[in-house]
Amino acid sequence: MYKKGLYTITSNMPLTETIYKMVLQGDTSYISASGQFVEIELPNKFLRRPFSVCDYDDNSITLIYKVVGEGTQLMSQLKIGTTLDLLTGLGNGFDINIDTKQPLLIGGGVGIPPLYNLAKQLIKKGLQTTVALGFNCAEELFFVKEFKEIGCKVVVATIDGSVGTKGYVTDAINQNGINCDYFFACGPLPMLKALCNHFTIEGQISMEERMGCGFGACMGCSIQTKNGAKRVCKEGTVFLKSELDL
Amino acid sequence: MKNEPLNLSVNLCRLQMDNPIVPASGTFGYGNEFKEFYDINILGSFVFKGTTKEPRFGNPTPRIADCTDGMINSVGLQNPGIDAVINHELPQLKTFFHKPVIANISGFSIDEYVYCCAKIDKEPQVGIIEVNVSCPNVKHGGMSFGTTPEAAAEVTRAVKAVTTKPVFIKLSPNVADIVAIAKACEEAGADGICLINTLLGMRIDINTQKPVIANVMGGFSGPAIFPVALRMVYQVSQACQIPIMGCGGVASARDVIEMMIAGATAVQVGSMNLKNPYICKEIIEQLPIEMQQLGIQSLSEIIGIAQKK
Ligand SMILES: Cc1cc2nc3c(=O)[nH]c(=O)nc-3n(C[C@H](O)[C@H](O)[C@H](O)COP(=O)(O)OP(=O)(O)OC[C@H]3O[C@@H](n4cnc5c(N)ncnc54)[C@H](O)[C@@H]3O)c2cc1C
Ligand SMILES: Cc1cc2nc3c(=O)[nH]c(=O)nc-3n(C[C@H](O)[C@H](O)[C@H](O)COP(=O)(O)O)c2cc1C
Ligand code: FES
Repeated sequence: MYKKGLYTITSNMPLTETIYKMVLQGDTSYISASGQFVEIELPNKFLRRPFSVCDYDDNSITLIYKVVGEGTQLMSQLKIGTTLDLLTGLGNGFDINIDTKQPLLIGGGVGIPPLYNLAKQLIKKGLQTTVALGFNCAEELFFVKEFKEIGCKVVVATIDGSVGTKGYVTDAINQNGINCDYFFACGPLPMLKALCNHFTIEGQISMEERMGCGFGACMGCSIQTKNGAKRVCKEGTVFLKSELDL
Repeated sequence: MKNEPLNLSVNLCRLQMDNPIVPASGTFGYGNEFKEFYDINILGSFVFKGTTKEPRFGNPTPRIADCTDGMINSVGLQNPGIDAVINHELPQLKTFFHKPVIANISGFSIDEYVYCCAKIDKEPQVGIIEVNVSCPNVKHGGMSFGTTPEAAAEVTRAVKAVTTKPVFIKLSPNVADIVAIAKACEEAGADGICLINTLLGMRIDINTQKPVIANVMGGFSGPAIFPVALRMVYQVSQACQIPIMGCGGVASARDVIEMMIAGATAVQVGSMNLKNPYICKEIIEQLPIEMQQLGIQSLSEIIGIAQKK
């Protein structure tokens, strides 16, 4: 179930030069799983902008966003106290009722945020949770400390080698000899493709597509899967690895 | 003003509607998503997603682009095909929508239009058939059926021959003379005209210098196209006797009233449903307030009154 409502910004601050963290206050009762997303209406923008829920509690939502265009630029300038119109409860989210003892969470860039609340949930279930994070360079690092603080083992890869393993997340997973029996992933398409080739184990992958509505009405976000056409915003954003044809 | 209750109802080709508000094809799916937001029985009716003979995935993604006061889509008629619509979507719709629905039919050949319209005509839930002639005719070099009076009339005649329900022809605005095409449809037996489909548009990402839409071009819609749609409704309603459904950029109760004054009997709301899923409910609630302010007793009184001024 999804819901439209008004939310008030209680915090909006940079984590790096281009990545911001925004906390919004309002009704979160329609958010039912980690990995769901919200659609934000922005002044002077026709379409809403989709962002993954990084974390949420009874009355607040945390988002992490990268400034990439006019909409996110505008978001970065919004002041505390500003109200925004959001659709919440979008997407299926990650399914944590699965058989795993050693889950591995893999995130690249702004694919990292939805893994944070997921990690919290898995740790709450008493699971030994490892997180592998990929960034371009040291300057773009964010949330490494936050994942450690909630009890995750964290490995990092940077393309330029300035922090952690030089290369991609798959390199960091290999170099650190990470054992896992299930994975969850979100990030750029090349990373997701590499993971599908790397792993024989099953996993859940959160996909991204340009969206019109975010709630299943426009068919803008469809992808082809082994089980036919699916809407990323409705049947996804999370799909089983075995279902995807990347 | 008289002390009678305000009357929002309109009569669209034998279909008595509680109000003129009709969500447009492609922005309302088959109703499933919107019933989560509100009881869609408050609508006059709605037009379901453009349906073709075979299931279609549509065009490659990205197929959506944001624009100032509007958007571009090149979804490319993704739909499950006419049989799945009849066997799955309509029975499901029946459980939560208790009014006649408007069926939007698309095709890539005359045969395909005929096949789909004949099938959908047998469905009791369908009140009106809306034929989208903006699709390319694959048998004739891909030119859209809606771009010449002859081709539009040919589709109209063929479809009318196999149907009993009122048939509206939904026209493309990407033509030199909309009136000639509308008149050709009327002469070929159309029961009504829907104006307008999307305008051909394009965006380029100035960082990558590549088109935003994978298919390069797509259909532009949203509040920015309202004046174009209004102008075409006005022109066609002057030239034709058959009723018009106005569509294009409608975003408020005042836009609905303006469309009706220009000549529309019913008014479709498209892209705005994607931005604000409650827009049709809000418009229906706002209409009586605007009517009161403007001294309009009955909405059907204002249809086409601009012609008489
Ligand atoms: C389900 C989902 C979850 C997302 N979660 C996050 C997140 O947690 N953090 C984050 O930083 N970004 C996230 N994104 C990407 C984010 O939506 C885009 O970066 C943002 O919309 C860009 O808006 P803009 O106006 O700044 O850019 P513009 O380029 O000016 O945007 C123009 C249009 O393109 C769309 N768009 C641009 N890039 C993307 C993209 N990569 N994916 C989808 N739509 C895009 C916009 O929504 C808008 O309609 C997510 C995208 C999706 C689909
Ligand atoms: C995402 C999307 C999908 C659409 N799909 C169809 C379709 O399948 N058949 C059709 O006749 N029109 C389709 N349209 C056109 C709309 O029904 C409408 O004519 C057009 O968008 C103009 O109205 P608006 O400005 O209110 O959106 C689509 C429009 C959008 C935005
Ligand atoms: S964005 Fe509209 S259906 Fe997914």
